[in-house]
Amino acid sequence: MRAVVTVTGKDKKGIIAKVSNFLAERDVNIEDISQTILGEYFAMIMLVDISKIKGELSVLAAECAKMGESIGMSIHLQHEDIFNAMHNI
Amino acid sequence: MFNKFDVLETIDMVQKEHLDIRTVTMGISLLPCIRQNAKDTAKAVYDTVCKKGENIVKTADSLSGEYGIPIVNKRVSVTPVSIITASFPDDAFLVGEALDRAADEIGIDFLGGYSALVHKGTADYEEKFLKTIPYTLANTKRLCSSVNVGSSKSGINMDAVRLMGEIVLQTANMTAKHDGLGCAKLVVFCNAVEDNPFMAGAFHGIGEADTVINVGVSGPGVVEHALKAIPEADLTTVAETIKKTAFKITRAGQLIATEAAKRLNARFGIVDLSLAPTPARGDSVAAILEEVGLESVGTHGTTAILAMLNDAVKKGGVMASSRVGGLSGAFIPVSEDIRMIEAAQNGKISIDKLEAMTCVCSVGLDMIAIPGDTSASTISAIIADEAAIGMVNNKTTAVRVIPCPGKQVGDWVNFGGLLGKCPIMPVHQSGADKFIKRGGLIPAPIHSFKN
Repeated sequence: MRAVVTVTGKDKKGIIAKVSNFLAERDVNIEDISQTILGEYFAMIMLVDISKIKGELSVLAAECAKMGESIGMSIHLQHEDIFNAMHNI
Repeated sequence: MFNKFDVLETIDMVQKEHLDIRTVTMGISLLPCIRQNAKDTAKAVYDTVCKKGENIVKTADSLSGEYGIPIVNKRVSVTPVSIITASFPDDAFLVGEALDRAADEIGIDFLGGYSALVHKGTADYEEKFLKTIPYTLANTKRLCSSVNVGSSKSGINMDAVRLMGEIVLQTANMTAKHDGLGCAKLVVFCNAVEDNPFMAGAFHGIGEADTVINVGVSGPGVVEHALKAIPEADLTTVAETIKKTAFKITRAGQLIATEAAKRLNARFGIVDLSLAPTPARGDSVAAILEEVGLESVGTHGTTAILAMLNDAVKKGGVMASSRVGGLSGAFIPVSEDIRMIEAAQNGKISIDKLEAMTCVCSVGLDMIAIPGDTSASTISAIIADEAAIGMVNNKTTAVRVIPCPGKQVGDWVNFGGLLGKCPIMPVHQSGADKFIKRGGLIPAPIHSFKN
């Protein structure tokens, strides 16, 4: 089972380190990362494996959003199926 | 790996453009709950709804968290109560009250199905049932009622239309201290559908399976945003853009619907492809019409754009879902759409124009506040006009007007929450008493005989 993590906000040092540490602590494995900086705007999209997480996915998603707030970024973790559904026929 | 623009587009749709799943509605058959008397039936109804619906809120909340898409409403629709109370119609209130308590118990805001289908004739037990509606709506919070008074196949039951004018007025008067709020929970239909997930008109048709999940999608803000990006495009391109956007919105609904049905041990019913506004800015259907090129919704050109919008939404949505149903189209409630409210306030839209708009979009005259001294026969005549549009055009039409006791044209009413607020709109002053008193049945149109 995989999910997509998106991290957006104003660029600053150490975002990738903080987010990947946070995910590793929760047994989330990063499979792919794409990252861009547009001016001061930071956008990172990660495809992650969530098959080993302990609790519920919705709880992990809420934790990610909260962690994002603590570092001043917007973080969303969503099951990959929503993107498959909306953007592929 | 996903295209990063696709991913960010989805996030923006939710964060900035109000994309949401408007409702996950569980349809529950109450036919197995029929007992010998009202009290036992009410108990069976309460137990059934509590048991089948106990996880609907929890499941919808988890799905919302996992997929990152808000699910605004969780609701239940049930078999028309007039059918299960046919042996004791005078006590139908007991069943209505049990449903209201069950809705409260499972944590949903509305439960639909305090309904009757009288499009070809009103049985004695149905007439008695209809007369319980005002008291029941005045003494419950979450219960919604609907009555089908006509269909393309059977014509319009004008005796029922006459009675419903009186019932709407009584309901308003019995909820006078809340500006007639009871009428916001009462819909009079022509060609009512059996799988509508949207309130207040949802009920679970008797042709449906035992327990079914129907999902209503929304996203007028997403469509408006997509059109803002093509300000110079011709209308072919505009229609194509709406189609593509509707496809994406509906795919999200289809995913949630199938997953919710699986987790709730129910059948997947349909996805209702509707653009449903809320009073929030950026979540308005009228704003889409204005974005295409109107100074204000309600002016000349409104009907044409709405026809295109409604059709494009269906075309995009049909491709995106395995089963489509419900009302499927653009909703045009006045009090629930910020640009519609502003147009009403500035005198830019009239009930007559709204009636014309209902010829080309889903549903009908919806959430319109009218003066409290409007006569029952005038309300019946409004219902008859809408039913005629539905009957002749083979589409669902509905009337949800709220005669606000003690209020006049220009006064405001606030129904709160998603029901919104609006100014009182004028109705025609010339009566239709003689027409309504005639009663009888308006025969079905010739083109309905297709067998």
